[in-house]
Amino acid sequence: MKINIQQEDNYTNIGFDGAVDLSSSSDARKNIIEILEQNKNILIDLSLVNYIDSSGVASLVEGYQIAKKLSLKFGLVGISDAAMGVLKLARLDQVFPIYNSKEEYEKDCA
Amino acid sequence: MSTEKLFQIRFLAKAERLSLVRVLVKEMAESVGCCVELSEKLVIAVNEACMNIIQHAYKGDESGEIVFEMLNNEKELHFRLVDYACPIDLNSVKPRDLNDIRPGGLGTHFITEIMDEHSMGHLNEGEGNYLNMKKKIN
Repeated sequence: MKINIQQEDNYTNIGFDGAVDLSSSSDARKNIIEILEQNKNILIDLSLVNYIDSSGVASLVEGYQIAKKLSLKFGLVGISDAAMGVLKLARLDQVFPIYNSKEEYEKDCA
Repeated sequence: MSTEKLFQIRFLAKAERLSLVRVLVKEMAESVGCCVELSEKLVIAVNEACMNIIQHAYKGDESGEIVFEMLNNEKELHFRLVDYACPIDLNSVKPRDLNDIRPGGLGTHFITEIMDEHSMGHLNEGEGNYLNMKKKIN
């Protein structure tokens, strides 16, 4: 899995590319937590995720809960079909803030 | 009704091995007529079952072995996973309440949702556990 991080004006955009699974989810988790610990809003791009397992989903849940605790804006964008299938199975598509575009998240962040 | 063993593999309980397992399950399910959507769901369930063995049965001991076989009796696909770890507490393996939003505990829920039947137990010969899962394909 590759991780792409982009600093924007008032948030950090982090994208995962490949499989977010047991062998890579600890990296995903570490990066998400690092961003939030810097007190930054976070937008997670899942458009290039071709597989996510329950450990990857757990990293997202943990990030969501930390962001909530710190009153930071957490969002998911560009969710691939593979990732959405798993989020739906976990009924988390009704829990996570999901944005149709980066611009929509930016408006919400402003 | 005849049952065909589609494959049997034995692999170390390493996270890095799971990508190969996923490819095998997907390709084999599609080759016996499962649609892409069902094949992808079967991949999720098998992957989670392997993860449970790696994390909870072997507790990260990568020298442990997993034997996985997939069978087809034309009406159902059967998946059997065997490990040789200490017998697990079978009562501790249950899906969690999805309203309780927290990291972890989703694997068993995925298996229950995707498969038509599953059962687990201890191997007779002593140490080890098995998980059998079934899914109708026609």
